[in-house]
Order: sequence, then C-alpha cells, then structure tokens
Amino acid sequence: MRSGEALRRFWREFARNRVAVAALVVVAAIILLAAFAPLVTPQNPYDMASLSLRDARRPPGYVGTGGYMHWLGTDAQGRDLFSAILYGLRISLEMGLVAGAVALAIGASLGASAAFVGGRVESFLMRLVDLQLSFPAILLAFVLAALLGQGKTQLVLALVAAQYAYFARTAHGAASAERSKDYVEAALSTPLSPMRVVFRHILPNCLPPLLVVATVQVASAISLEATLSFLGVGLPPSEPSLGMLIANGFQYMMSGRTWISMYPGVALITLIIAINLIGDQIRDQLNPRLRR
Amino acid sequence: MGGYVLGRAGQALIVMLVMSALVFVGVFAIGNPVDVLISPDATQEIRRQVIAQYGLDRPLWEQYLAFLGRLAQGDFGRSLVYNMPVGDLILSRLPATLELTLAAVIGATAAGVPLGMYAGYKPDSPVSKLIMAASILGFSVPTFWVGLVLILAFAVDLGWFPAGGRGETARFLGAEWSFLTLDGLKHLALPALNLSLFKFAMMVRLARSGVRELMLSDTVRYARAQGLSEGQVLRHHVLKLIAIPIVTVFGLEFGSTLAFAIVTETIFSWPGLGKLIIESIASLDRPVMVAYLMLVAMLFILINFSVDLAYAALDPRLRRRAR
Repeated sequence: MRSGEALRRFWREFARNRVAVAALVVVAAIILLAAFAPLVTPQNPYDMASLSLRDARRPPGYVGTGGYMHWLGTDAQGRDLFSAILYGLRISLEMGLVAGAVALAIGASLGASAAFVGGRVESFLMRLVDLQLSFPAILLAFVLAALLGQGKTQLVLALVAAQYAYFARTAHGAASAERSKDYVEAALSTPLSPMRVVFRHILPNCLPPLLVVATVQVASAISLEATLSFLGVGLPPSEPSLGMLIANGFQYMMSGRTWISMYPGVALITLIIAINLIGDQIRDQLNPRLRR
Repeated sequence: MGGYVLGRAGQALIVMLVMSALVFVGVFAIGNPVDVLISPDATQEIRRQVIAQYGLDRPLWEQYLAFLGRLAQGDFGRSLVYNMPVGDLILSRLPATLELTLAAVIGATAAGVPLGMYAGYKPDSPVSKLIMAASILGFSVPTFWVGLVLILAFAVDLGWFPAGGRGETARFLGAEWSFLTLDGLKHLALPALNLSLFKFAMMVRLARSGVRELMLSDTVRYARAQGLSEGQVLRHHVLKLIAIPIVTVFGLEFGSTLAFAIVTETIFSWPGLGKLIIESIASLDRPVMVAYLMLVAMLFILINFSVDLAYAALDPRLRRRAR
C-alpha cells in the first residue's frame, strides 16, 4: 500500500518534466517497435530469398522489386533499411539490457556484501573497484572483447566486466549508510542468516541510487556495444546490431550514399539520448540536495 | 610519508605484475600466430624451425618468464607483421597520438571552461541552456558517430578539411609532427574536434557546477563588496578556485583520451597508437598487442600512483591511516 502511494507521487513528479515524459514515450515506442519488428517491417532483412541486388543502395523513398516503398532506402545487399534498423535495435537493446542486468546483479551484491563484511575484505575489494574505475570502460571492454573474440556471450562478458564496478561503488556507498541503521541491528539480532539480511533487508533500501546508475549504464552499454561492433571486435556479422549497420554503410559514405550509415546512427543516438534524459530526471528526483 | 610512498609503490608494482600475467595469458589465448608467420605451403621442417625460433613450442609459464626477463631489459620483442622491434614501432607511432590527444584536451579545456563558467554564472539564460544541451549531446552521442557526421559535413559535403591521414609533417625533436605545417593542421582539425567533444562536455559541466557553488560563497560576496567588477570577480577569484579540480581532471582525462583515440584514429585513418592496436589485433601481432596493453596499464598505474601521492601530500590523515 505505502509503496504504491510513493510510486504514484514519484510518477506525478516525473510527469511534470515534459522532456522526460517525451523521452519515456520515445524509449517505449522504440522497445515496442523492436519487440514486434517481424510484424511491423515490410521484409525480414536476413531472409536472403527476399533480397534482390537490383534494389541495392537505393535512396530513401525508392519503390523496390518488392512493390513497397523503402522509405529509409536500402543497403549494399538490397536490404530495406527500416527493417534492418528495427532488427538491429532488437540486438542492441538485448545486449544493453542483459549486460546492464548482469552488471547490476554482480556489482550490487559485491558492493553491499563488502559494506556488510567490512574490515580488510571491504578495503581490498573497494580498492580494486576504484582501481578499475580509473581505467576507461571503453578501453577495458575493447581489450576484453578483442581477447575473448566475437560473440554475444563474449560481448556481454566484456560489457559486464567494464560496468559492474559502477554498481559496486554505488551499492557500497548506499549499503555503508544503511549498515549502521537500527533496523539492520534489529534484523541481525534475530536468527536470520547474514546473507538474508544483506539481500532481503539492506539491498532493497539501496535500490533508488542503483536505479539511476542502471539507466545510465544501459545507455552506455548500448553505446559501447555499437562502438565495439563498429570497430569489428564486437558482435559477429551474423548478429547485425546498429553498430554493425553503421560500419557497413561507412564505406559508401564518401560516394554520397549517406543514408546507409546515417539512419541507423540516428536510431542509435535517439535511443541513447532518450534513456539518458530519463536517467537525469530520476537522478534529480532522488537527489536530496535539490529537494526543498 | 616515506613508508606510505613505499607501500603505494609496492602496490603499484604488484598490480603491474598481475596485469602483465593477465595480458600475457589473454593475448596467448587468441589465435595462433604460427598461421600468420608461416605460409600454409611451408614444409614441416620449416614450420618446426620457426616455432622453435620464437619459443612457441615451450610451455606457457616458460614463455612468460622469458617475456618478463626481456621486458626487464626494455625489450618488447619484434613485431611479427612489421618485422621491426616493437619498442621502435611504438615510438614511431607515439607522436601522432600525442599531438592528437593534446590538441583535443587543450581545445576542450579552452572552449569548455569559459562556456561552462558562463552557463554557471547565468544559469537561466537561453545561451546557457543551449550550452548545456550541447554538453548533454557531447556525453550521449558515441564518438564514432560524431566522427562520421564530421567527415560527412566538413570533408564530403563542404570539402573544407581532408577526411583522413596526417598530411604533411615537419621534423621537430627527432619526430614527425603534423601541427607544424598548414596541411598537417588541416588534417589534424577534424580528428581533434571529434576526440575533444566528450572532454568538452565534461569541462562545461565541471566549470558550471563550480561557478554555481562559488557565486553563493563568501569569497565572491567580499570581492564584490570591495567594488570589483563582475568580470574581475570571475577572472581573479572564481577562475582561480575552480582551476584546481579542472587541472586534476585535465591530467586524469589525458589517459582516458588515449582510449578514445582508438575510435577516432580508426575513423580518420590517423596513423597513431590506436590504429596500430586495431591492426595488430586483426593481424594477430602478439608482441605489439602485449606491448601496447602493458604501456597503457603502466600509464594508468602511474597516473593513479601520482594522484595518491598528491592527495597524501595534501591530506595528512591519509598518511597516518596507510600505516
């Protein structure tokens, strides 16, 4: 009951920022379009039988051999770009969400446990996390992706390794503050196992700041994945995410066929900016210093 | 203080050693350089000979120890692709990356700090909102995408700047530099702009939040009471106080700009270290990969170490706790 009331109040405050609401609508629309891509798109862009090389590299608005209009143009294989972008968004979103969720799970448990255990273990773990945070995430992900090779699992591993530290730092900070509160002492005085206290009592109270980090990190995971795939160390050609579409169109840009790279890029940055705007609003709402 | 420094130096050494083992095993795990080194139609005899020559037939730990021994003498081995010492190869590529990175970081600071200060001084003006919108864009839009747009706009459409390469270079201090010739500067402009956007966004935010806090402080109130003009207050008092975090970030960011240079150098075919590492990964040039990764790791450990030392010099509590 009380959490329902708090959620409603949270939403009322969120709805007052029209930019954030618009961003939320954009993200929801993109997720829906990507999820129902097979129903929305005129063709399955990876069904070779439906592609015709006579349609290759046609500008936006061209009516191809399929009899429908390619209103974002076609790529070098005669693929409808609108369809390719929606299918690419599926892969990009999947990578971002999976990597973000795994990094959240690992980072939050690590940070909260370290704060709970304390002592040498805590200072060792947090020193490790700090050291890693001083390394640029893009470099770490790049090196790992290059070492592990191409593939979905490998890429998620690289992204998680680059991002869990942000969650660990945040969870550690929040859990350290919770650790000294009375309800934790009370929970510990009962015969509950310490594990249960950390995961059922302390962690739920650390969720708000973790939520902010999670939105930002999902956006940055999507951006990282695109960058790595663009550089050729991310996903294999059989998993054409947005970064790969942009890379494939890059070689045609000099000859003026700009749409092959441009539209996937526009889709990518629209998604990233919208997620970041939502994250900014949530951060402002949760920031006690801006409340008064 | 001496004990603290020694402790931190010891930690840095251990981290370095762990990194070297990780890098070595990691690089060892990808691909087989034998396939690159030897043509497929070579005889079995030649194959064996080459493998023995590079020590690839010995167990991993023996190769690692031999690698550490050579490293201690400053020998990074020979590049399998360029067939020259890796140390020389990296040194020959370093100036390109150095001038690109420096141009980007200096440009970002020179433009970002004044704009950020303005946005902090007049937070509600439309210009400030525009500056902040630009900084959100700088944070959100992936570097490689900005690079593509820059090439499209300024190289393909307008034709103002070349789309790639270093252009003409001039010799200075025993290395080739692009920024000394007009043609080189033209080539440097777009990649430097591309690399600087993220740093620019950060400098804007840093300067803005610093100014917003300081404008409410006693320092500014007294400076105004002295009868100084607003411009003088901003230049002499506010700028001096926000300079401390800005200089710190300037130093720290220099390292991470190296990482982003991989992306920018690839897009603009700028022949620096970033392009070298991408090529060496594609061609399985193990010695180059190992050397690059070790150098970057060393750089970051050094930066961390100096930050630790600087903080210890400033904060006596840290020195006591470390013991």
